[in-house]
Amino acid sequence: MPKQPPEIRRRNFLEVALGYPPETAIEEASRCIQCPNANCVPGCPVEIDIPGFIRCIAAGDFARGLRVLKDKSRLPAICGRVCPQEEQCEKTCSLAKKGAPVAIGRLERFLADWEATQTDLELPEIPPPTGKKVAVVGGGPAGLTVAGDLVMLGHRVTIFEALHKMGGVLVYGIPEFRLPKAIVEREVNYLVRLGVEVVTDFVVGKTRTIDSLLEEYDALFVGTGAGLPWFMGIPGENLNGVYSANEYLTRMNLMAGFMFPEGRTPIKRHKRVAVLGGGNVAMDCARTALRLGAETRIIYRRSRQEMPARLEEIENAEEEGVIFEFLTLPTRYIGNGNGWVKEIECLKMELGEPDASGRRRPIPIKGSETIYPVDAVVCAIGNSPNPLIAATTPGLKTGNKGNIVVDEATGKTSKPRVWAGGDVATGAATVIMAMGAGRRAARSIHEFLCSGKPEDW
Amino acid sequence: MYRIVENRMIVPNIHLLTIEAPFVAREARAGQFVILRAEERGERIPMSLSDWDPRAGTITISVMNIGSTTNALASLPAGEAIPTVAGPLGNPTEIDNFGTVLCVGGCYGIGSIFPIARALKEKGNRVAVLLEARSSYLFYWRERYEQLADRMFYVTRDGTLGLRGHLGRLPEIVRSLEEPVARIIINGCTFALRTGSEASRPLGIPTVVALNPIMIDGTGMCGVCRVTVGSTTKFACVHGPDFDGHQVDWEELLQRRKAYMPEEIVPMRSSRCHGHCHEAR
Repeated sequence: MPKQPPEIRRRNFLEVALGYPPETAIEEASRCIQCPNANCVPGCPVEIDIPGFIRCIAAGDFARGLRVLKDKSRLPAICGRVCPQEEQCEKTCSLAKKGAPVAIGRLERFLADWEATQTDLELPEIPPPTGKKVAVVGGGPAGLTVAGDLVMLGHRVTIFEALHKMGGVLVYGIPEFRLPKAIVEREVNYLVRLGVEVVTDFVVGKTRTIDSLLEEYDALFVGTGAGLPWFMGIPGENLNGVYSANEYLTRMNLMAGFMFPEGRTPIKRHKRVAVLGGGNVAMDCARTALRLGAETRIIYRRSRQEMPARLEEIENAEEEGVIFEFLTLPTRYIGNGNGWVKEIECLKMELGEPDASGRRRPIPIKGSETIYPVDAVVCAIGNSPNPLIAATTPGLKTGNKGNIVVDEATGKTSKPRVWAGGDVATGAATVIMAMGAGRRAARSIHEFLCSGKPEDW
Repeated sequence: MYRIVENRMIVPNIHLLTIEAPFVAREARAGQFVILRAEERGERIPMSLSDWDPRAGTITISVMNIGSTTNALASLPAGEAIPTVAGPLGNPTEIDNFGTVLCVGGCYGIGSIFPIARALKEKGNRVAVLLEARSSYLFYWRERYEQLADRMFYVTRDGTLGLRGHLGRLPEIVRSLEEPVARIIINGCTFALRTGSEASRPLGIPTVVALNPIMIDGTGMCGVCRVTVGSTTKFACVHGPDFDGHQVDWEELLQRRKAYMPEEIVPMRSSRCHGHCHEAR
């Protein structure tokens, strides 16, 4: 797929990957051999009829392809961009055994982007109202999926979002150059046109409790994500210039910090930024810092091979000029005497025996202290679920990591008429996993609304 | 959108804004705050609640015009609307029958300590109130307080009302009360919180302060509001905003609050002209 060249894109916030023109999409779609028992479909958490929509593209019938796609995926423009297809549908593609798999994600994106250029697409038909009301807490990928699925079945759905914009991690977390915010807005608007009611600035647990909402709604889904940032717990962490990834990305994305002072949320023009961690969020932070003109390093305690980020994102970061310090463990932040971080001290590591995750455990090398000069550090080492809802909802069982305990097949929680899914149940995972959980919960909620009784819980 | 019902400069540089926010008004309790944005591209800032009316569906905040957002708020006429009011956030101030409580308020805290004093009074406490300002003309709501409080004290930098000086004079006020003070609660700027806490430390009286660090989401998501209390890091938005004033790392808090001082000047200078030279209402 064509991309902006690294030397250009490292100085702008425009989308990196440019998308397929129609001819290329048709050509790529024609590579699909249309396996009778398609291996790609079970690889998709939301069970998209992949050969089905690809066949339509190959035939040049994009409108039909889109209908096939949207039958299962609520947010194709988003999934086509941020799904780790190489570990899902494309991994199990029959062509992958012999060479390159069909570029399923790029074709999905192509259809969704094509839709955006059309003006005369009809809304799908919605069955008559069932009279049932569902509250969805959290306007991120899980919540949007639940809302879309249930509104299409004739239920009345209201999404309550704590921030001032819908989209959750899609708007506050993932940067513009990877997922343009106009796309998220378009998908949210589509749900609104289908009849979903959207309430922003509404912090469930504070503005109203779950129990209070249950008096008004027949069922409730919690998809509040994993929003509680982890820090390293090393000396100097509260110096100015040390950010959580959430803070850094929220300032840049949700608050449009990269447009400061046009966007009013202030940001610093840092010169040297260190990003701690090796996941997709770390790549997002590093590539953002780079675009704002900083010399940017990723500091990761294992080696490149163990990095949890998508290979594509690691390569993008490398091409753009992010410096990688592998096998390096931060041990303390050093201040400039005026409250600001000035340096970060690290130890070099070597890999030992495999640990519980199956990856080789990094072990510090004695006497290998190294100091990097920095004026900002972004801690991108993970998040756990926000405790706000669990703390204000009696009867809602949580696990030892603060996650809401759910039945995986249905998303049912311990509390009658309450479902949950996405990162709040699993801990930080991917957009598509959250959507998959939303899909399963929506199915279970629908069954309950049609026949179930709360006392059967 | 949240409509401004009233915007009045009650004393120089402090505006009382009453805003329609029915969900917040219904759930609000003393000591809580809201996050708001003054304009579509605006930043999110925390504002303590000074009052609320569940029936009218309104909240009242006391705004000191100091940065780009408070400046924008100050210049909004009644009838206009702001894009975000989210809350009520933070934990309510602990209210119980403690005995005698000294409530201390300075600048915007003169507004936000009021509902706390009221709730304590309703719980049967004897409530002494100490208000602090640079000069007597900067006090507001004096009648409300005189009606509510069992004892009323003032301290001014220039000595135009009450004691001369600042919250360092707290011990004299405590000693002038005939009964022992069970707890001191302070709302106001960080300097006042610190000065008050340092002054009360030798008295051994539990001192609760409502901290006011920089915040973005206000729900525990970003961690910019982290403060060191005792030896642990807390998020002021979800663990606070009230903390034990004798345990707070004040140096760190003051440094963190200053983080964006230079950048704050930029939007002030680049914002609309009438934002600077608005007329007093």
